Amino acid sequence: MNSFLTIVLDGLIQASWLFIVALGLTLVFGVLKILNIAHGSFYALGAYIAATAVTFVAAHSLPPSVGFVAMLASVALIASAVGLLLERGLLKMFYGRDEVVLLLVTYAVFLILEDVTKLIWGVNPIYATQPYELFGNVAFAGLYYVGYDLLLMPISAAVGFAVWFGLNRTVTGKIVLAVIHNEEMSVSMGVRVNRVYAVAFAFGVLLAALAGALTAPKISMQPGLSSDVIILSFAIVVIGGLGSVEGAAVGAILVGLARAASVHLVPQAELFMIYLIMAGVLMFRPEGLFKREAARRI
Amino acid sequence: MKHGRLHPLVMIALVVAATLFGRILPTWTLSLATVAASNALIALGIVILARTGNVSFGQGLFFAAGGYGVALIANAWGVTDAVAQMVIGAVCGGLLGLVIGPLIARYSGIFFGMLTLALSMVLYGALVKSSALGGSDGFNVGRPSLFGMVFVDPREADFMLYAVSVVTTGLAGIAATILFRSELGLASLAVRENNLRIEYLGISANRVITINFIIAAVFAGASGAFALMAQRHIDPQFAYWTTSGEFVFVAVLAGYQSVAAVFVASLALELVRSFSNLYLPNTWQLVLGVFLLGVILFLPRGIGSLWIREKRKRSKPAAATPAAVRKGVAL
Repeated sequence: MNSFLTIVLDGLIQASWLFIVALGLTLVFGVLKILNIAHGSFYALGAYIAATAVTFVAAHSLPPSVGFVAMLASVALIASAVGLLLERGLLKMFYGRDEVVLLLVTYAVFLILEDVTKLIWGVNPIYATQPYELFGNVAFAGLYYVGYDLLLMPISAAVGFAVWFGLNRTVTGKIVLAVIHNEEMSVSMGVRVNRVYAVAFAFGVLLAALAGALTAPKISMQPGLSSDVIILSFAIVVIGGLGSVEGAAVGAILVGLARAASVHLVPQAELFMIYLIMAGVLMFRPEGLFKREAARRI
Repeated sequence: MKHGRLHPLVMIALVVAATLFGRILPTWTLSLATVAASNALIALGIVILARTGNVSFGQGLFFAAGGYGVALIANAWGVTDAVAQMVIGAVCGGLLGLVIGPLIARYSGIFFGMLTLALSMVLYGALVKSSALGGSDGFNVGRPSLFGMVFVDPREADFMLYAVSVVTTGLAGIAATILFRSELGLASLAVRENNLRIEYLGISANRVITINFIIAAVFAGASGAFALMAQRHIDPQFAYWTTSGEFVFVAVLAGYQSVAAVFVASLALELVRSFSNLYLPNTWQLVLGVFLLGVILFLPRGIGSLWIREKRKRSKPAAATPAAVRKGVAL
């Protein structure tokens, strides 16, 4: 029973940051119809920036809570700028090409960012553990959990709710949905589709980087981080259905639980399990679990 | 393929010339050219498959299947002959393709790419954790021989491998040009243009994709065997998605019009890689990325378009957004 509870809790903790990453990926696909291979690099970028911010704050002997805030603020700022710059400066040039070509463009961006992070932060592992102790430990049903980990769950739920609310209950969201639904019609109704594209892409980058920042205190940052994360988030959005917010949530929970379960029960099968689930879902439901009619992708 | 159509005998003469050319190449170019030829083989498979409109992001699956199949058989039964190893690799890749091909032919576009990628990562995940196969470190195999001849001199051994891989890839290239002109090859192009109309003409689009998929798998398996012989070591990295990404890179760089372009592209990639390793260590991925963007931007139909002009201009949808093109493709 205890191990069952551990698996569920560990799985949900994993799922909470995975969901934020996958949400960004699925949003970008929904709006721009681009499957962004570089998404994992933005996660890694967020994690590295967060580490720098945390180390900077710690070096000036400020409290870790300042570090936590500084890390989120700096990541939000830089990630949005990077996202806007990439969409306006690069992706824009390739619109109108085949979707596979756009996939390759993001692959090129992935390759470039991979080395840029190496050039800036080096190849040795970097740590930023200070904020991890910020929220203490929590005893829960005889198990001890780090408060920071548990906090990830409400944060993730809040982000998910905010995106859902923003899309479905605000005017801006309705405009985005209109662009997703039919972007030619939106143009003729006076929507600035280019602006929607730019903002949506930047927001996707922001979500990936935010997840990177939130996990930065938990992990060691080193090369290879981005390609691991992109493969996980691909699995999630494909399981859930590309472009679906609910799908990303369910996919993240499935992948999180699968990871936790295999880590606790059959550690040999960890990676294997996730891709097996993904391949299985694709075999039987090629459009993912939460695919609605093609017209409404989010 | 309308222009520059060469007689098969001329192509065979070219392959022989390329093989003999290896005698005068310096040693470092020789191993580079071996890798380039082997990568060209797997990229050729991707190009063949891409003629149906589907890009496989998981050729690493068959690459690794070929490599591991050869390595296990070589270590278990002492098969060291280079040609035999190549055939074993091709058979391993082909058998796996035979199983997966019919299942995967139902998918298209991004889902095709994602599913191939997922399957290769399933293999990667399994290989990393299988301690019997050396886990993430992999294991070593012995030097290959040829027809009972054992090469002690490393230069001779390198040349032997170069010769076998260039001849194999050259023959595969000649086979591909014949395939492109055949009924199947033309049907493949038609599948890419419109797979519904093809069905109305009485040709099964799934069958066309499956056959092309299996051919690509055979080429990938043989290529995996060459990679193994060149490195004399195998590890799960063979199946990792970035490995497959590089092969797709070669295919994109080559474009889908010319077989010769695949060889040029593969050689270009290896040259860029070794020079950036030499002068810009740790940044070859950056160079590669910029290179890829440049090719997509300035040579959208690959370097093959430098010497092959398409007579018939395809009507391109003049849309400004990816979404509009998606619709155009879906119709």
